[in-house]
Amino acid sequence: MAKQTSVIHASIVAALFAVLGIGGVVYGSRVALPGLASRHGAGIDAMLDYLLITTGVLFAVGYCALAYFIWTGARRGRIGQRLASRRTELWVSGTIGIAVALVAEGGVLAIGMPVWSEYFDATPPADAVTVEVLAQQFLWNVRYAGPDGQFGRTSSDRIDDVSNPMGMDRTDPAGRDDIITQNAITVPSGRAVRLRLRSRDMIHSFFLPHFRVKQDIVPGMTPEVIFFPTREGSFEMACTELCGLAHYRMRGFFDVVSPEAYEKWLTDQSTPPPARR
Amino acid sequence: MAQTTEQTTDMRHGSDAEHAHEPGFIRKYVFSFDHKVIGIQYIITGLLMALVGATLAMLIRLQLGWPDRVWPLLSQIFPKGYVSGVMTPEFYLAVVTMHGTIMVFFFMSYVLVSGFGNYLVPLQIGARDMAFPFLNMLSFWVGSISALLMISSFFVEGGAAAAGWTAYPPLSAVASAVPGSRNGQTVWLVSMAFFIASFTLSGLNIVATVFSERARGMSMWRMPLTVWSYFIASILGLLAFPALTAAAVMLILDRHTGTSFFIPIGLVVAGQHLSHTGGSPLLWQHLFWFLGHPEVYVLILPALGIACDVIPAFTRKPVFGYKLSVWCLIAVGALSMVVWGHHMFVSGMSPFTGEYFSVATLTITLPMTVFGVNMLASLWGGSIRLRVPMMFACAVLALFGSGGLGGLYLGNATADMQLTDTYFVVGHFHMMIGGVTLMATFGGLYYWYPKMFGRMMNEKLGTAHFWLTFTPFFVIFFMQHFLGIQGAPRRYYAFTAYDFLRETRLQNTIISSAAMVLISGQLLFLINFIWSLFKGRKAADNPWEATTLEWTTSSPPPHDNFGPHPLTVHRWAYEYGVPSDVGDYADQRVPKERVAVTA
Repeated sequence: MAKQTSVIHASIVAALFAVLGIGGVVYGSRVALPGLASRHGAGIDAMLDYLLITTGVLFAVGYCALAYFIWTGARRGRIGQRLASRRTELWVSGTIGIAVALVAEGGVLAIGMPVWSEYFDATPPADAVTVEVLAQQFLWNVRYAGPDGQFGRTSSDRIDDVSNPMGMDRTDPAGRDDIITQNAITVPSGRAVRLRLRSRDMIHSFFLPHFRVKQDIVPGMTPEVIFFPTREGSFEMACTELCGLAHYRMRGFFDVVSPEAYEKWLTDQSTPPPARR
Repeated sequence: MAQTTEQTTDMRHGSDAEHAHEPGFIRKYVFSFDHKVIGIQYIITGLLMALVGATLAMLIRLQLGWPDRVWPLLSQIFPKGYVSGVMTPEFYLAVVTMHGTIMVFFFMSYVLVSGFGNYLVPLQIGARDMAFPFLNMLSFWVGSISALLMISSFFVEGGAAAAGWTAYPPLSAVASAVPGSRNGQTVWLVSMAFFIASFTLSGLNIVATVFSERARGMSMWRMPLTVWSYFIASILGLLAFPALTAAAVMLILDRHTGTSFFIPIGLVVAGQHLSHTGGSPLLWQHLFWFLGHPEVYVLILPALGIACDVIPAFTRKPVFGYKLSVWCLIAVGALSMVVWGHHMFVSGMSPFTGEYFSVATLTITLPMTVFGVNMLASLWGGSIRLRVPMMFACAVLALFGSGGLGGLYLGNATADMQLTDTYFVVGHFHMMIGGVTLMATFGGLYYWYPKMFGRMMNEKLGTAHFWLTFTPFFVIFFMQHFLGIQGAPRRYYAFTAYDFLRETRLQNTIISSAAMVLISGQLLFLINFIWSLFKGRKAADNPWEATTLEWTTSSPPPHDNFGPHPLTVHRWAYEYGVPSDVGDYADQRVPKERVAVTA
C-alpha cells in the first residue's frame, strides 16, 4: 500500500517536471521582444532566436528526461545497471557536454561575434546624424551641433542645474547654434545615428529596447553608439543602470521621422531659443 | 606558525581531557569549538537572516505586483518606508539592496557554505574536528558581528544602503546621490569587510582540514563529492574574496577621506560640484566582479555537491561518473576566476575584452554540462525512493538545468547587449544562486537533520513544503526571464512609466502572487523544523542507509565524532547496490574482505 502511494506520488512529481518543461517552452514561444527598429538589431534578434530555439529544445528534453527517470525509477524494485564503465561515462556525459558547448560557443562565434564586431567597429557614414546625450539624475540632456555642424565647447565647471545643465561655454562661437532639448531625440529615417554618450553624475545606461541598443554611460568616459533605424515612429528610451530614486522613470523619447519632418523640426529648433534664464 | 598549530592541537585534545568536568552551557553552545555546534550556529543564524531576506522579498513583490495599492498596515510597521501606505522609492531601493546582500552573503554563504561546510567536512572525512577549532569559533563570531551590523544599517540616518548589492560607485560613493549612501553605505561596507574576514578564515579552515585531517585510508579520490565541492569552493573563496576587502576599504576612503579611487573628475551631483579627481568607476566593477563571479561558484558548487551525495542514497546506486565530476568541479573552479568581465559587456570596456570574456565564459558550458549530465544520469536505472531530500535534489537538478541554459544567453556578449540589467538577469541568477542553493539547502537540511538533532523531520509536511517551494519558485523566476526578453529593466520601483512595458503588469501580478505562496509556504518548514526538534521520530544512526562516514556514528555524533579509536577508510563514498550484511550498501569503513570494493 505504502509502495503504491509512493509510486503515485513519484508519478505526480514526474508529471510536474514534464509539464514545466513543455509548458515553459510553450509559454516562452508566446513572448516577443519589443518590435525591432534597427538594422544591427536583426543580428541580435537572430542571436536570441538561435538561443531560444536551441535552449528551448535542451530545456524540454532535459526536463522530460528527469521526469522519465523519476517515473521509471520509482517503479523499479531493483536497480538496473549499477556502474557504467569509464568509457560509457565519458561517452554519455562527454558527448552531451561537447554538444551543448558547441551550441553555446558555436552560436557566439558564428552568429554573435560578427554582429558584435559589426556594431562596435562601425564607422559612422558621412551623413550620420550626430547627437550628444548628457545623462544626469534623472533626465537626458540632448544636444545637436546645429547648422554649423560643430559642437560648442563644454566643461563640467560651467554646469548649472538651472541656467546651463550641459555646461556650455557661452564664449565659444561654435556653440551659439547648438540645439539643446531634454528627454527627446529626433532623427531622420534613412540615415545612421551616432550618439555620443556622457554622464555628469552617476552611471546611467542608455537603453532603446526597440533598437537593441544598450550602453552604460560611466561618468568620465564618452562611449559612442552607431546604429541605423529602420522604421519611423516614436519609441521610448529608458535608463537600465540603477542611478538613484527616480531611476524607474528616467524616460525619454526617440523619434524617427521622415527627412522632411526632420528638416522642419531642425529649423523650428534653430530659431533662437527663448532666452534661457 | 608551528607554535599555533601546536596550540590548536592542544586545544582539541585538551577538550578530551576536560571531559571529566563537562563544559558549561556557554562553552558548549555559545563559544563552542565543536565544528558541529558551530555549523548549526551558522545554519540557525543563516535561517534567521533568511527570514529577514524573505520579508524584504515580500515587500519588493507587493510593490511590483500591485504598484497602485495602498498598504495602511505597512505604514504602521515601517512608518518611514511607507508614507500614507505607499512605499517610498528610497525604501524600495534599500530593501532591494539589503535583500540581495542578506540572501547572498548572510543566508546562502552562511547556511550552505559555512554551516554545512563546518558540519559535514570533518564528519565526512573522518576527522575529530576542523584543523583550527579556535579559529572556527572566531570566524563565526566575527561573522555575527557583520550580520548584526548589516541589520543595524536599516536604523541609521538615511536608511540602509540603496546602491544595489553590487554597490557601484559613484552612486555608492557620493552621500547626496541617494539617501542610502549617507550612512547606510558605510555600515554596509564595514559589515562586508567583517564578513569577508570571517568567511576567509572559515574557508582557510576547510582547506586546511581537507588537507591535513583526513582519516587513514581517506585518499582524495575517496572523498564524497560534497567534500570535494567544499574544498574547491573554499579555495575559490580564498582567492577571490580579498579583492572586495581591498575595494571596500578604498570605497570607504573615497567616501570619508576625500580620495578618488572610484570617483572621476567633474561630477555634479544634486547641483553640487564635487572636488574628486581622477578615479575610475570601472575599477570598482572589476574588483567587485573579481569577487562576485567566483562567489557564485562558491555557493553553487557546494549545492551541487550536496545534491550529488543525496541522490545515490535514494536511487540505491553509485553516482554516475564520479571522477569525471571531480575534474569538472576543478575545471569550473579554475575557469570561474577568469570570466568576471561577462558582467560588464556594455560597461564601456574594450569590445575586444568583451569577446574574450564571452568565449571564456561559454567554455564553462563544457564542464558544467558534463557535471549536470552526470547528476541526471545518476538517476538512470536507479530504484528511486522519492523521499523529501530526494525531491529537493531533483529540484536542484531542474533549476541547475534551466539556470545553466539561461547562462548561455548572458555569457553571449551579443545577446547580453539586449538582456543585461533586465529581469532576464534577475530570473537567471535567482535560478542559480537563489534556487539551486535554496533547494540544496532544504534537501541538505531534510537529509542531515536526523544526524544533527537525532530526530526525523515530518515527511508529509516536508512533501507539502516541497510543492509550495519548488513550483512557485520555478514559475516566478522562469517568468522573469521573459520579462527581461520584453525589455523590463531590473531595480525599477515600478513599471508604470513606460508604454512598452504595459503588458508586463499582469505578469508582475502573477509573479507576485506566486511569491506570496512561496514565502508563506516556508512557514511549513519553520513549523516542521521546530516541531521535529521536540516531537520528531527518533532517528537511527543511518536512517537513509547511506555510505558516507557521518552515518557511521551516532545521531547526533559525540563531541569527538567517532569515539576514541581512529577509523580506517577502505573504499570510495558510493558503494551502493552491493549485497552486504546490512542490505544493499557498504559504508566507507567496511573492509574489502567483507564487501568487494568496486571503485
